[in-house]
Amino acid sequence: MNRIKSRTDLDVLKKDGQAQIKQKACRLLVCSGTGCVASGSEKVYNKLCELAKNHPEIDVVFSAEEAHEADGECCKGCKGTSGADDKKSVSIKKSGCHGFCEIGPLVRVEPQGLMYTKVTEDDCESIFEKTVLGDEIVHELLYHEGEKEYIGEDDIPFFQGQTRLVLKRCGHIDAEDIHEYIASGGYQSLAKALFDMKPDDIVNEIYESNLRGRGGGGFRAGTKWKQVASQQEKERYVVCNGDEGDPGAFMDCAVMEGIPHQMIEGMLIAAYAVQAHEGYIYVRAEYPLAVKRLKLAITQAESMGLLGDNILGTGFSFHLHINRGAGAFVCGEGSALTASIEGKRGMPRVKPPRTVSQGLFAKPTVLNNVETYANVPMIIENGAHWYRSIGPENSPGTKTFSLSGTIRNTGLIEVPMGTKLGDVIFGIGGGIKNDQEFKAVQLGGPSGGCLTKENLDLSLDFDSLKKTGAIIGSGGMVVMDQHTCMVEVARFFMNFTQRESCGKCVPCREGTTRMLEILQRIVEGKGEPEDLDKLLVLADMVSSTALCGLGKSAPLPVVSTIRAFRDEYMEHIVDKKCRAKVCDKLKTYVIDPQKCKGCSRCAKNCPVNAISGEIKSPFTIDNTKCVRCGVCMDHCSFDAIYID
Amino acid sequence: MLDESFYQKADEIIANHTKEERSLIPIIQDIQAEYRYLPPELLTYVAKEIGITDARAYSVASFYENFSFEPKGKYILKVCDGTACHVRKSTPIMERLRSDLGLEEGRQTTDDMLFTLETVSCLGACGLAPVMMVNDEVHSTMTPDKATELINKIRGEENE
Repeated sequence: MNRIKSRTDLDVLKKDGQAQIKQKACRLLVCSGTGCVASGSEKVYNKLCELAKNHPEIDVVFSAEEAHEADGECCKGCKGTSGADDKKSVSIKKSGCHGFCEIGPLVRVEPQGLMYTKVTEDDCESIFEKTVLGDEIVHELLYHEGEKEYIGEDDIPFFQGQTRLVLKRCGHIDAEDIHEYIASGGYQSLAKALFDMKPDDIVNEIYESNLRGRGGGGFRAGTKWKQVASQQEKERYVVCNGDEGDPGAFMDCAVMEGIPHQMIEGMLIAAYAVQAHEGYIYVRAEYPLAVKRLKLAITQAESMGLLGDNILGTGFSFHLHINRGAGAFVCGEGSALTASIEGKRGMPRVKPPRTVSQGLFAKPTVLNNVETYANVPMIIENGAHWYRSIGPENSPGTKTFSLSGTIRNTGLIEVPMGTKLGDVIFGIGGGIKNDQEFKAVQLGGPSGGCLTKENLDLSLDFDSLKKTGAIIGSGGMVVMDQHTCMVEVARFFMNFTQRESCGKCVPCREGTTRMLEILQRIVEGKGEPEDLDKLLVLADMVSSTALCGLGKSAPLPVVSTIRAFRDEYMEHIVDKKCRAKVCDKLKTYVIDPQKCKGCSRCAKNCPVNAISGEIKSPFTIDNTKCVRCGVCMDHCSFDAIYID
Repeated sequence: MLDESFYQKADEIIANHTKEERSLIPIIQDIQAEYRYLPPELLTYVAKEIGITDARAYSVASFYENFSFEPKGKYILKVCDGTACHVRKSTPIMERLRSDLGLEEGRQTTDDMLFTLETVSCLGACGLAPVMMVNDEVHSTMTPDKATELINKIRGEENE
């Protein structure tokens, strides 16, 4: 790849790239986010490439990686060859996550803007024959809701309710090709920062924008940058927290996989602003695709002179490294994360000194989350004033959320801060799956809380959520219907935090263990009336005395479910009932005499001989003997056994 | 006592990194990627090579869940038990796999060293919950039956 030596070079490359894309008669973007890959998008991509290779009459460009492997040098894009003029020019690319994982694998067709859904290998032929060669639409692959057919992404209700600023490029450019990022205006903000602004101006711009950390805490990013910039020590670091450990959150994963350069650009701007020359990205080991794409992005940026020494010919240098996590949730906490990069056990330490003064290798460190950095380029491009015009005064900008659970439309979304919770769940999310009843939504994972029907009018921003006892967290939004047991959910989270507690401080290590014991007892039907008070006392103790943020927030899922679903807890404790029929030990198995044929299969398979009856007349279960294993239900051929 | 080739491989891996404390985790990650586990002898060897104490290296390797001192199966099955997968019933999948593979709590690897069964907290594909991972490949919208099918398919391929 040719090195970009100046701002002019970058502009030329941008124009060339745009011209190349424009000139394509057809561009297929196959979604290659983790979700679509899991649904089989790699196969779709390979099939499309195979079909293209069999058509000598068209000139085709593949994703950068394949071209590199095939040619042993750069992709056609960088060589500037556009093929013979008489050939139809087509490109087949792997893009980042479009967001609508539920209907994947997705294939976007440009310039028509078609969105093909649930594409399989078998569909590729018709896409190729009809759309690529014939400019026709394959109607059966379009998104349908009821009778209505939706041609493009912009018309689909799931996308209509969103404001995609951070994710604007995600799904629309090749995730593995720096040229496409540059063509879409990428690295222009870096150029603006390097050539038109002084480091202090950048820090001020970010401060004025009131960009707040997207990782959960909501701390003002500009304040951190200001503090780092003002340190005496000149050796400084810029670190990105990509250790998205919250179960149920995958926004950062999508950004790292889909628009890695946007995040890297944000880190570069931060580095220039605080005059740091070395940076680290800490990524979860469970995101192998993100690691791969980031590595590729760094290699490309280095070879083009956008990372490394003398960036864009300015003399500024910045070296970026990737560290993979090793399966410790607590490493999402700042001081644990830096300890892990240093090669130590990832355990939080007492603060102060803060990360801004003594962070990585005890040097001043800017530590922000993936999404926070991905916001930076557009703030530099459009200014703080523009940024503050989006969303509420104290939480400006947009926020990405991952919608999952028992909701109709699952996927990755982006909305302005301040959007109403109900609009997200019932508008974009399309309501609850299978027309079930909405029960609760869990926000912020193991550090967050549950919101209920009463909160549907709540504005999604840092401060409004804090008041309810939930947190915006990193943005995981797990929706639950009436088949979810809230006590079990609380136990689930406590089990998670207890297992992940690093063990350094007593309140978290012992407190979460005791809380888990009590919750375990309750779901097993051995709860005692005073258990709720005990839980709340322990929760208060852990929250006020644990060492780190993760420990302090660990009791939140329990406290918030007790607050909103006290009745359900009491039913478990007093009536020994689980209304959602989830808790195994609280299930009562009953044989429906209408349906039972008296075949005795259940009785023969019951491990404790709790079932008896006469052949050819209905059998009965003795609940004093029953161990609630459910074997009878699995063996009944007549659906005669149900849970009361 | 490990075969000499293990130490040669370790030397190769160490050569890709700097010899200092901060390289410990990346080095042992690479060793584990090579052997699917971290032979304790190699941990000691790495510690000596990069100039840290045995105790320190062991304290780090034992802290992180991903490092295993025991050999793992050829196929590592990770059933996601993140919130979204849990709500969409990942537990029955885990139970089915346990019974199919004849494993129980505390015993994660099959005797033929073909499978290791683990849980993981979120693979980042919550939109398609419940999911599971076979080595680096994610499988979506799983059911207990699909899990059985997957196991049988892998076994079939192995027997060929």
